[in-house]
Amino acid sequence: MSQASVLYDLPGPKARRRNAILGVASIVGIVALLAYVGWKFYETGQFEARKWEQFQYAAVQRELLAGLWATLKAAGIAAVLALLFGAIFASARLSDRWVLRAPATFVVELFRAIPLLILIFFGYYVPLQYGWAIDKLWALVIGLMLYNGSVLAEIFRAGINAVPYGQTEGAYAIGLRKNQVLRLILLPQAFRSMLPAIVSQLVVLLKDTALGFIITYPELLFVGKQIGGRLAFGLPYVPTYLIVGAIYIAICGLLSIFAWWLQRRLGRIPRTAGEVLPAQDAGEDAGRMI
Amino acid sequence: MGEFFRVLTDNWTLYRDGFTNTVQLFLIAAVGSLVLGTLLGAMRVSPVPALRASGATYVNIVRNTPLTLVFAFLVFGVPKLDVNIDYFDSACIALTVYTAAFVCEVIRSGVNTVGTGQAEAARALGMTFAQVLTLIVLPQALRAMVPPMMSVFIAMLKNTTIAAGFSVLEAGAIPSYMSERGEPQFAVLLWITIGFLILILPLVALQRFLERKWRVAR
Amino acid sequence: MRMKRVAAVAMMASLALSAAACGKEGTPAPSGGNASGGAQGDTCTTSGATFTPKGDANVAGSPTFDKIKSSGKVTVGVKFDQPNLGYKDAQGKRCGFDIEIAQYVASTLGVDPAKIEYKEIASANRETAIKGGEIDYYVGTYSITDKRKNDISFAGPYFIAGQDLLVRKDETTITGKDTLKGKKVCSATGSTPIQKVRDEGLTEPENIVEFKTYSECVSQLLDKKVDAVTTDDAILKGYAAQNPDELKVAGQPFSTEKYGIGLPKDDKALRDYVNDQIEAAAKDGTWQKIYDGTLGKSGSAGSPPALERY
Repeated sequence: MSQASVLYDLPGPKARRRNAILGVASIVGIVALLAYVGWKFYETGQFEARKWEQFQYAAVQRELLAGLWATLKAAGIAAVLALLFGAIFASARLSDRWVLRAPATFVVELFRAIPLLILIFFGYYVPLQYGWAIDKLWALVIGLMLYNGSVLAEIFRAGINAVPYGQTEGAYAIGLRKNQVLRLILLPQAFRSMLPAIVSQLVVLLKDTALGFIITYPELLFVGKQIGGRLAFGLPYVPTYLIVGAIYIAICGLLSIFAWWLQRRLGRIPRTAGEVLPAQDAGEDAGRMI
Repeated sequence: MGEFFRVLTDNWTLYRDGFTNTVQLFLIAAVGSLVLGTLLGAMRVSPVPALRASGATYVNIVRNTPLTLVFAFLVFGVPKLDVNIDYFDSACIALTVYTAAFVCEVIRSGVNTVGTGQAEAARALGMTFAQVLTLIVLPQALRAMVPPMMSVFIAMLKNTTIAAGFSVLEAGAIPSYMSERGEPQFAVLLWITIGFLILILPLVALQRFLERKWRVAR
Repeated sequence: MRMKRVAAVAMMASLALSAAACGKEGTPAPSGGNASGGAQGDTCTTSGATFTPKGDANVAGSPTFDKIKSSGKVTVGVKFDQPNLGYKDAQGKRCGFDIEIAQYVASTLGVDPAKIEYKEIASANRETAIKGGEIDYYVGTYSITDKRKNDISFAGPYFIAGQDLLVRKDETTITGKDTLKGKKVCSATGSTPIQKVRDEGLTEPENIVEFKTYSECVSQLLDKKVDAVTTDDAILKGYAAQNPDELKVAGQPFSTEKYGIGLPKDDKALRDYVNDQIEAAAKDGTWQKIYDGTLGKSGSAGSPPALERY
């Protein structure tokens, strides 16, 4: 944002004064808003010691850590499976044979159109209906895998398609087979351009583990509800959710920073071909990230 | 197979009410997040650093928070602050607050796709800010914005199901009612899936169409 | 430069995490500013009854028992948010009447109660969880109904409760089930009480609020977002006992809820065996001891009900 924006020129003295006034006014406005929220918290006793003191205890911290661990475990397993799922279905979609292409396209499009929660319900209720006990972890993981795997398949496909066609042509011209073209020429180039988008999708996956809350998988948010629902501590929902929210923001933020850093780093490497698939700036990504 | 159709016909009112509420929730939150998101987007492309920073903070906080947590905070946390919001309204607010961050990003990146030279040339011609915005920047930016904006709203339509965990009878809440009625869950879920496909596929088709049509023009 | 910044952020985060990992040992207990004077703390206390696993336990012809025996552990579905019934305190300790009944049953099956694997199952998913074999049996305010008997089977009843209303202390208009019209009523999704409210039209459909668990309803009640929480008096009394300054039970039960132990449907051998064990516990005073040490603290006396074998 340091260089000139599309919308306005570098400000002159008058514009600078106006911007300064607007800046001060907006800071005042935002501070006032935050102060009002803070006062509301204070007024309703959210800062009372009783509501916060249980967080001093190792037992409660262990509970939170256990929840965090459950969240990370589900996210980790689902991430690995989703990447595999994505790789398999992306290669099927890139295949020359329609026998592979058509079903893969159908699956990927279908799972992207079904709400994740419904996929998780499928994973949870349906095996139970047929008398097959399934751990809630796996119900959650299956849902996450199907949805995020489908999105990742699209990222992979777009990444490979983004490598200029001349690369493929050249590779074929020197006598490489299709498999070799994909493995030796396209993937290494595409991978670099896809990485930021992949990491962004993994942040989404991590966030979506919170849906486990609805099928009572004991992840972080669920643990938060247990802690927040303790009558004896005056139902400390507000402090608990603030803490849980901070944990989510910290973890997802770290991953986001990693994605941003990766993008910067990859951007500096002299490219032979292929644009880096923008993780943050292309509008399409905003749709994917949700 | 007969069983499969019976599940729908026997519980028709539940499905109808559920999906009606889903669509209502979607439309209200879509308008809400478009308004809030545009405001935030304007903040993020404004010349005032303080506004830019607060817009960015909002986006970064919300984007890294699970929607389920936003819901939980509104339903269990906010009432503790002596603010009483109805469940349906809470769901609308949660979806709006969350989706606005993504709408904001779409708008910001849409504006940024327009080459700086375009606006510079326009200003060199002596156009005012309003003219530059309405005649030069927006017509080009909107084309870049519409397809991703549609993916944001498609995602939001799917996200309405989360309200099920927070006492709103919408499509995502149907399974728990049905398990109370002892209906086979597979059929129940399949019908919900079909319902969502009916809602979403036209949107996806429209999005693809616009994307293809305008990609050439760009 | 950038690398360093990222590393610094990562380090800060890990520091924050490790700092969080060392807290006070001991049991969190509410202190200073405790509005609910006289409330029981959040600490789980057991009735003091001990359950020694039966070494020679054998249930001929029960697939569930064979599974338990070969794996050496038992998976039990419970609730975690019902004081004095099925509760999990801040230490992660479980206690309550249902929990101890579950422990007692486990001991009669030859499993050390300490080895029980507890699963928190929401009301709406109980039948599915038993049918699917996710849990071996369920003990958690589980009313015996004919409809549920289509999917699973019940041993018991081991307790009889009645549907009642939990209201705020200053509530004067809600006194019983016929005063609910126009009031917002909350209960757990998939529970019998909410079905009763719906079927009998005790309040308008749009005034019915449903959450996964009762504790969420209680929170909504205290926040004045609903006017009454309805479920069995045994559950409600526990909440009222935890917060006597703000909550009370209307005290006009309007149903009979027989709590049973949910078992797989086709396992008659296990059902008969568990019934025998409940009967034995009622005779030798174990039942009374468990009751007095847990549910009895919610403020009412109780005695073991007659079994209903089938």
